[in-house]
Amino acid sequence: MHPIVSALKHHKTTVVLVALEIALTCAIVTNALFLIGDRMAAMRMVTGVADNELVWVRTTGLDLGQDTKMGADTDADLAALRGVPGVESVAMANSLPLSRNFMSVSALRRPGDKKNEVNGGVVEYAGTPGLLRTLGVKLSAGRDFLPQEYVPYTPGLIVGPVSKAPPPTVVIVTRTTAEALWPGENPLGKTFWLDSDGKEPVQVVGVADHLLNPSINKYQGEDRNMILPVTKVFGGMYVLRVRPDMRGAVVRDVPGVLTRIDPARMVDAKIYTDTISDYYHGDRAMVWLLLIVTGCLLALTALGVVGLSSFWVQQRTRQIGIRRAIGATRRDILRYFQFENLLIVGAGVVLGSLGAVGLNLWLMKHYELAHMPLIWLASGAIVLWLLGQLAVLGPALRAAAVPPVVATRSV
Amino acid sequence: MFGYYLDLALRSLKRNKVLTTLMVLAIALGIGASMTMITVLHVMTADPIPGRSAQLFYPQIDPQGMEGYTKDSDPPDELTWIDAMNLLRARKGVHQAAMSAGRVTVVPPQGATHAFITDARYTTADFFPMFEAPFVDGSGWTASDDDKHARVAVIARELADKLYGTQHAVGQTLRLGKYDFRVVGVIDRWNPAPHFYDLSMGDYAKPEQVLLPFETAMELKQGIQGSINCWGDFPADGDFTKADGCAWVQFWVQLDTPAQVAAYRTFLASYSDQQKSLGRFARPPNTRLRDVMAWLDYNHVVPGSVQLQTLLALGFLLVCLVNTVAMLLVKFLRRGGELSVRRAMGASKRLVFAQLLVEAALIGLAGGAAGLLLAAFGLWVVRQQPVEYAAFAHMDGAMLAATFVLAVCATLLAALFPAWRACRIVPARLLKTQ
Repeated sequence: MHPIVSALKHHKTTVVLVALEIALTCAIVTNALFLIGDRMAAMRMVTGVADNELVWVRTTGLDLGQDTKMGADTDADLAALRGVPGVESVAMANSLPLSRNFMSVSALRRPGDKKNEVNGGVVEYAGTPGLLRTLGVKLSAGRDFLPQEYVPYTPGLIVGPVSKAPPPTVVIVTRTTAEALWPGENPLGKTFWLDSDGKEPVQVVGVADHLLNPSINKYQGEDRNMILPVTKVFGGMYVLRVRPDMRGAVVRDVPGVLTRIDPARMVDAKIYTDTISDYYHGDRAMVWLLLIVTGCLLALTALGVVGLSSFWVQQRTRQIGIRRAIGATRRDILRYFQFENLLIVGAGVVLGSLGAVGLNLWLMKHYELAHMPLIWLASGAIVLWLLGQLAVLGPALRAAAVPPVVATRSV
Repeated sequence: MFGYYLDLALRSLKRNKVLTTLMVLAIALGIGASMTMITVLHVMTADPIPGRSAQLFYPQIDPQGMEGYTKDSDPPDELTWIDAMNLLRARKGVHQAAMSAGRVTVVPPQGATHAFITDARYTTADFFPMFEAPFVDGSGWTASDDDKHARVAVIARELADKLYGTQHAVGQTLRLGKYDFRVVGVIDRWNPAPHFYDLSMGDYAKPEQVLLPFETAMELKQGIQGSINCWGDFPADGDFTKADGCAWVQFWVQLDTPAQVAAYRTFLASYSDQQKSLGRFARPPNTRLRDVMAWLDYNHVVPGSVQLQTLLALGFLLVCLVNTVAMLLVKFLRRGGELSVRRAMGASKRLVFAQLLVEAALIGLAGGAAGLLLAAFGLWVVRQQPVEYAAFAHMDGAMLAATFVLAVCATLLAALFPAWRACRIVPARLLKTQ
C-alpha cells in the first residue's frame, strides 16, 4: 500500500480532481437515488379498491349555475347504467382514491370540545347503497350500512335542496382513522362528532382495513378517512364495477346511454386505472428525470476515470516495464491499478457522503423532503466503487499487457 | 497571432479525437441539462405584463373576525363582493377592476347538442385598458355597460373562430345557457404567463374564452370558480354577492406614481378604519398593496419541483466542469514536449497561456453548440408533459445567446487552472528527457 500512496503524491492535482468529481457525483447520485426510492414507494401505494375493474362517470347539465333539477335524473341514470353490458354494479360517490377532489371535516372525540379533535381532520367519502361492494372495499370489523341508514346528504354542498341537511348518524372508518381517534381501542360502536357544536354525532359501525385518500397530503395523510351512507351525491360521480376486459367498451357506450335520458348534458367517462396513472404523472416524470441525470452523471464520471487512468498508464509505461522486468507479474500490475483506483474513489466517497448528508439536510430545510436514512449512503458508495473498478479495468488491463522489454527501450 | 493559435488548437484537437469528443460531450451534457431547466425557470419567473407590472397593484384588506388574529396574520387573498364594489366606486386609482373566474355553457349556433363548457372571467370595464388586452375587433365594454348590467361579452379570437368562423365577430349573438349576449370585442391571442391577475385558477392557467360584465353575470347567476374563502356562513341560496363573510373577488388597481401608491395605501387604511367604525370589520386596519412581481413572489408561483430540477441540473453542470478541468489538465500536460519547444523558441508564458485558452474556447463553442441541441431536445420533452407551464417552455434569443456565453465562459474557467499548470513547466528539463 505504501508505494501506491507515495506514487499518488506525485500526481496530487489530478488525484484531487478525480476525488472531487467522485465526491460531487456521490453527493448528487445518493440524493437522487433516495428521491427515486421515495417517489417509487409513493407510486406503489395500494388504493384499497378494485383498481382494474372500475370505471367512473361524471355528468353535468348545460345550464351551469342555474341548475334547477340537480340530481333529478339520478335514478334513471343508475338504472340505465346497470343495463350496460359488462357492468356488474353501480353506485354514486363524491370522490375516489386519487381522484384529487375531496372534502374533509373535523372529527371531535367529545361534543363541543375543540381541543379534543383529530389534527388535520378526516376526509369524507360519501356513497350510495352498494358503494362498498362496487369499490371492493374490505371491512375488517363491523358491518356494511343498513338500508334505513342512508340519508340525503352531500359533503361540502353549499347550495341546493339538501345543503342544510344533517349528515348521517353512522359511519365506516379506516383503521388509521380509528387509531387517530381512539389509539389502541376497539372503535366499533364508539361515537365522534363532525361539528364543534355537538349536533352531528356519528357512530362507527364498521372498520375498513385500508382505503386511500383522494389526494395524499400532509393534513389527512394517506388513508385517514371515513365513508358516510347517503341516498344521492349531488355533483358526484357514478362508479361502475365492470368486467376488466369490458372497460373500454363501457367507457365508449356510457355517454350515449346517458344522453338518451337527457340530451342537454355533457358526459365524461374514465377508466379508473387511467385516473391513478394521471395522479402519479408528476412523480413519474420526476423519477425519469432523476434516472436520466443519474445515468449521465455516472457515465460522465466513468469516462473521466477512464481518461485519467489511460493517461497514467501511458505516462508510467516505462516504470511498468521495469517492474515487470524485475519480477512483478501481470496480476501484480493489474492489482496495483485497481487498488489505486479503490483508494481514490474511497477518498471521494468519504467526502461525497459528507456532501450527501449536507445536501439532504439543505433540501429538507427548503423543499419538505424526508430525512435520508443512512442506508442510502451505502448504496451511493457501492455504486461509485463498482463504477470506478469498471472504469479502471480497461486501462489496467492495458497496463498489465505492457511487456518487460519496454524497460530496456527509451520511450 | 489568433489565427495561428486557432490553427494550432484545431490540430491539437484533431490529434486526440476520443479525448476531444469526451470533453465536448461532457460540456454539452452539462450545458444541455442546465439550459433546459434554466429556460423553464426563466419563462416561469418572467414578467407577465412587461412595462406595466410596476404600476399594477393588488390591494388586500382584512374583513375577518377577531378569531385567530395575530399582529402579523395575512389578510385573505381576495376581497368580499362588498369591499370590491366599494373600492371600485371609490375610483382612487388611474384604472381599477374587480374580477372573478367563472364557467359558462356556450351554446353554439349549431344548437344545444354541440354545447360545451368554457372558462369565463367576470370583470369590469377597466380590465381591458389596464391590462392592455389586444383587440382584433371591437373593444371592451364601458363603465356604463357595467352600471346598466348590459348583456355584452368580449370573447377570445379562438372562440370567435370556432363559433362564427371569423375573428370579426362584433355584433354577433353569443348564447350562454339560456341567455343571449352581444359580442362587443374580440381579443387577439393573449396569454399572460403566469396568469397573474387570478392565481386561484392555476398559476399558468389558460386565458379565458369569454369575458362578461361582473354585475351582469352575477344578476344572471352564472357560476363562479376559483378560490372562495369563507369565515362566515355560506349564503343559503348560493348568492355570494350577499355573503359578507366570504372573500372571492380579485381586485387590481393601476397607480402610476409613487405618490399615488402612497395615497392608495393611506386610503386602504382609512377605508378599513371606516368599516370598523361602521361595525363591518373587527380587526385593526390590516392591509397590503403589492405590485405584480411582489404578488407572484408572495404566492410562490414557481413550483418547488422546478427549483429542485434546476438545482439538480446546476449540480450536474458543476460535475461536468470538474470533469473538464481534469481532462484539460491531462491534455495540456501530455503536450509538455510541444509546449517546451515553443517556450524554448521564444514564446512567453503569457503567449502559451493564451494559446491554450483559445483551444479551450474552441471546445467550449463546440460543447455549446451540441448543448444547444440537447437543450432544444430537453425543452421538447418538457413540452410533452401535461403540466400547465409546459406550453411556455420555449427558448428565446436571450436564452440562445446565454447558452453560448455560459458554455464558453464555463470552459474558459475550467481551462484556467490546467493552462496555468501547463505554462509552469520548465522547458529545459522536459527537452532534456526527450
